[in-house]
Amino acid sequence: MSATAHRGQSGELLRNGAIQLMLGLNAIIMIYPLFVMVMSSFKTNAEIFSSPFALPAHFSLANAERVWSETNFVRYLANSVGITVAAVALILLFSTMAAYAIARYQFRLSALVLMFFLSGMTVPLKLAIIPLFIQLDSLGLVDSYAGLVLVYVAMGIPSAVFIMTGFLRTLPRELEESARMDGASEFRIMRSIMLPLARPAFVIVAIQNAVPIWNDFFFPLVLITSDNLKTLPQGLTVFVGEFTTDWGVLFTGLTLAALPITLLYTVLSKQFISGITQGAIK
Amino acid sequence: MNNGRRHTKKAFPWRRSLWIASLLAPALVVMVLLVLWPLLSAFRLAFYEFNGLQPTGFIGFENFRKVLFEQPYSGWTYNALKHNIIAFVALMVFENGTAFLLAYALLKALPGHRIHQVIVFLPVVLSAVIVGFLWKLFLHPLFGLVNQTLALVGIGAIPWLGNEHTALGSVLFANVWHWLGFPTLVLLAGMQRVSKEVIEAARLDGAGDYVLMTKIIWPLIAPSVTIVTILTFIGSFNWFEIPYVMAGLTGSPGGATDVLGLYFYRTAFGSTTTGIQDFGQGSALAVMMFIIVAGVTAIALRYLRRREIEL
Repeated sequence: MSATAHRGQSGELLRNGAIQLMLGLNAIIMIYPLFVMVMSSFKTNAEIFSSPFALPAHFSLANAERVWSETNFVRYLANSVGITVAAVALILLFSTMAAYAIARYQFRLSALVLMFFLSGMTVPLKLAIIPLFIQLDSLGLVDSYAGLVLVYVAMGIPSAVFIMTGFLRTLPRELEESARMDGASEFRIMRSIMLPLARPAFVIVAIQNAVPIWNDFFFPLVLITSDNLKTLPQGLTVFVGEFTTDWGVLFTGLTLAALPITLLYTVLSKQFISGITQGAIK
Repeated sequence: MNNGRRHTKKAFPWRRSLWIASLLAPALVVMVLLVLWPLLSAFRLAFYEFNGLQPTGFIGFENFRKVLFEQPYSGWTYNALKHNIIAFVALMVFENGTAFLLAYALLKALPGHRIHQVIVFLPVVLSAVIVGFLWKLFLHPLFGLVNQTLALVGIGAIPWLGNEHTALGSVLFANVWHWLGFPTLVLLAGMQRVSKEVIEAARLDGAGDYVLMTKIIWPLIAPSVTIVTILTFIGSFNWFEIPYVMAGLTGSPGGATDVLGLYFYRTAFGSTTTGIQDFGQGSALAVMMFIIVAGVTAIALRYLRRREIEL
């Protein structure tokens, strides 16, 4: 009895050791490329080519200075920040308004309106890019911030309405009713009583939309042509075309492009993970 | 929800309706203008001949006939479609297979499992453009990290992205590295919902890891497997960014990495190398991709849901 228990225990130990080994190996595969990317950003070309595994001889910022002064990188970064913030703000605003109407009031067609929004979740908007392009062109919105932001808002609204409706429905009726008895206007009830309670849902919706918008490449590729309007992922392709052989500068560009979202992710990893996997975990 | 009508309705019915309508209006207008209308138009435009941005005339199924049956278009279509199918199968086996093993390992909650979840998910939050360029540099035949590492153990330089036999695999590898964390954490969440008692009971009955994994966990996480399979399918058929960045708009070398997304983009918006730009044929391709994705997803959902119940 004790012998088998003992064997079971050491078997368990061996198995856990094997599992830790596999996880450790996987962690290296996931992290090491990023580590090399960051280290290479401090290196000269010659260093990268001759000693790819070594740490940089000195942590020189020469590459970063070139990215700063010789490219439009800062402009691309600012464009990405502006477009992402504007799109996420509008998604939150529009979908919270719509979700509030669906969740807190009874009206004819309410089920139909919700269905309409939900069916939008199944539409891959990329495949409608040709009519979308023609549509935006006729509105004079091709090659403008506004056109791109509108497309992202359209893409984000369905799932945001879905999440917000679900959340707003769970808020207790009593709060709303007693404020109404006190004569508060419908707008005041929404603005000062109900919406402050919806903050956790706002965070999820914001992250769920901000990450794909920040990272998107397809829509800027089609809709933006002026260099001054390009987003960061799109700008990277310009940048790589210009510095093909200058690997130090290339790694620096990639590192700097990855930096903002990586920093945010390390601080808010829990919210990022639940925001992005949200739709798939039920 | 059904606790009677609100007194606001009785007092000011028109004011209440106006208030509700104005809450709904912005979202509805955006959806109608930028989702519903373009989507309906996408189907209509596939039946038109184009001159630049302008549809010039109704031509029936001509666009479909060209991309499906007329060389060289049909050759490009089937070549790309083949690679989408290969991508789906490869990602199911390598990405989701690895993810399943990782999820099972993480389920044990050994020391370090939380930090591992954060690490494996890190590439998921990065842009495909960053990931694509990073691996393009690493796969460089002479100076890339991969061949430099292989050189340490005496393996000669392999032109990963330059050789038509290794190019698609290399691009797929970068994609697996990029997305691995997603199915891992979705499957892990599924496994964590399997009740502790069920696992304990199986253990007491003498079930080892293999039996536990195949006979208990696997059937009980069927809903997670369903969703991962469908998302992988949709992802494989909309695949665009990583191949674009790593292999270029024409899916080099010689179309070895061409996929429907690239081919569609080339057809619709033209490319300096092929020179064609045709919104009609582009729309026909988009409609076919839409039908493939929506159709297969619907059928797969039915089949996989039934399987969930049977298991």
